[in-house]
Amino acid sequence: MAASRVSCGAAASYRLFLGGRVSLARRQGVGKAAAAELQTGAVFQILRLRHTTGVTTKKNVAALRRETYTMDFIKKQIEEFNIGKRHLANMMGEDPETFTQEDIDRAIAYLFPSGLFEKQARPIMKHPEQIFPKQRAIQWGEDGRPFHFLFYTGKQSYYSLMHEAYGKLLEAEKHQNQLQAKGLFSEKTKDLIGSRWLIKEELEEMLVEKLSDQDYAQFIRLLERLLTLHGGVEEEFVQRFRRSVTIQSKKQLIEPVQYDEQGMAFSTSEGKRKSAKAEAVVYEHGSGKIKVNGIDYLLYFPVTQDREQLMFPFCFLDRLGEHDVTCTVSGGGRSSQAGAIRLAVARALCSFVTKEEVEWMRQGRSSASVGRVKKTRKNYGLFTYL
Amino acid sequence: MLPGKAAGCTGLATGVWPRPLRPRLLQSATPGRARPGGRTLASAATPAVSGPEDSVDISDKILSEPLKHSDFFSVKELFSVRSLFDARVHLGHKAGCRHRFMEPYIFGSRLGQDIIDLEQTAAHLQLALNFTAHVAYRKGIILFVSRNRQFSHLIETTARNCGEYAHTRYFKGGLLTNAPLLLGPMVCLPDLIIFLHTLNNVFEPHVAVRDAAKMHIPTVGIVDTNCNPCLITYPIPGNDDSPPSIHLFCRLFQTTINRAKQKRRQMEALYRLQGPEGPGAGVQGSAASPSLGA
Repeated sequence: MAASRVSCGAAASYRLFLGGRVSLARRQGVGKAAAAELQTGAVFQILRLRHTTGVTTKKNVAALRRETYTMDFIKKQIEEFNIGKRHLANMMGEDPETFTQEDIDRAIAYLFPSGLFEKQARPIMKHPEQIFPKQRAIQWGEDGRPFHFLFYTGKQSYYSLMHEAYGKLLEAEKHQNQLQAKGLFSEKTKDLIGSRWLIKEELEEMLVEKLSDQDYAQFIRLLERLLTLHGGVEEEFVQRFRRSVTIQSKKQLIEPVQYDEQGMAFSTSEGKRKSAKAEAVVYEHGSGKIKVNGIDYLLYFPVTQDREQLMFPFCFLDRLGEHDVTCTVSGGGRSSQAGAIRLAVARALCSFVTKEEVEWMRQGRSSASVGRVKKTRKNYGLFTYL
Repeated sequence: MLPGKAAGCTGLATGVWPRPLRPRLLQSATPGRARPGGRTLASAATPAVSGPEDSVDISDKILSEPLKHSDFFSVKELFSVRSLFDARVHLGHKAGCRHRFMEPYIFGSRLGQDIIDLEQTAAHLQLALNFTAHVAYRKGIILFVSRNRQFSHLIETTARNCGEYAHTRYFKGGLLTNAPLLLGPMVCLPDLIIFLHTLNNVFEPHVAVRDAAKMHIPTVGIVDTNCNPCLITYPIPGNDDSPPSIHLFCRLFQTTINRAKQKRRQMEALYRLQGPEGPGAGVQGSAASPSLGA
């Protein structure tokens, strides 16, 4: 009874309160729930009701869609960037006219030092074209007619590129036929060393369109067919789709053989492993003595494993006991010093050894293993360390 | 079969499609689009302000004038039965490939090869070209469709040369039926689809034939003896495999469309010059224009 009296009182005092909220709440069910809650008469429960109404919040549909930036927005950003660049130049005391992107980067790194490891999380100030992803503007005009004649295919840039390439192919074929008819045909081979076809991602970026693997493969095939024909006009067209590739020379640098006072041939080279540095002098004729920092190797490397490391290059070339080595080593620990000396010795040995053997050394094929079935473990050779 | 002709608005492909039917053709009637006519010298003589009622009048006249003549764009003179014969349009496939519904259009069969009746072809071609010209005159979007790889480049070039659109590539499923998703939210569909080849690479009817019928888009199509002419609005029975034949058809379509667009520009210039002076000068102008077009 007391509870009901309390609840009546509560009802009286909160009627206005609730009335307002019931009208706010968009469902009748809420009102009923409120009435039910009144039985308990606790303020907190009514307040909780406010937060647990069954009103659904509309998801921000616009935010779910891909962000599209209007042309005006991008233009405004570019203006702001240019003005900001000048302000920055003034701040740094430099000439605003000749303030390049590198200067901007340096200035930002100076003004906003950041200890973050992720480079993309650090403050940047770049031209808006590099920050905002390239987007497709609206593809048709006011009258509703699309601008591009291949708009209805869906992939207009890609197909127009294919159309253009095929047009060039037809022209080249016609030209070739004319030459053949006149009898001036001559075989010409073009070698495109030092460049590669651009990859699918690069092409997608160039066209601002998604491609499938088959599309990409078809395009490359068409370009290759174009290359087999004559006509210098297509060179520029094709070159647009080739990227240069720096050829890494895989040649091992061979140290020159030097001669000391007694006429002994020797060669010097260096090797590093972890933080150990070694410099080795390998004499052509010797009896397999190795001196490390003036100390005999047996005393310097008591552990057998380290001495095996020193032995390995000679073992590889079947020249155990034929060379003398004098080396200096510093830094690192026992094992890394042994590894550094091994590398230095291997490099020095190159000058006494044939080119083929050098290649074998690089690939890790010792003379003993030549002719054997290929090992499952990958050979890293003597000149690389992981 | 041409809905909305009298209204002259919202394009010719109206339907239940809840397109944002921006009346593209009506927009030309609004006074905002003042385009300088070809003869600007005489523009000083025209009245400075013709109100919106006059513009509506002019646009009505421009749109209704071609409908009063049977061959306003004189497409008949672009071809003859002889030229069709020389381009090998009458050659069909072997009798075994014949489609049941193409039998009315076949003249006969010679050594197992079907021969298409060129008299009927000429009649159908005239209707189709006339329709195409009217669509182009009303600034409709025309889409050339084909899936034959041999002529793909030619058809795309033809479309580009007449300022229209082409689709000779892999046809994605919902391109016409689900266009807002595939092409963009407020896209306009074509008002006419011209099929240079009705079949796709596996000798089945092209998907666009059925989809255009679904979307109430009129179609013009060259139907060979192995094609199904049913869903095509203006079929043209003819050979679609020989190069001379396809070259001829491409040339015909290109000429028709260019001619129609040119006629439109002339009519607009003419009516803008005359202003609200009355139909007297207009009638004379229109009488002169067919000969101009020829």
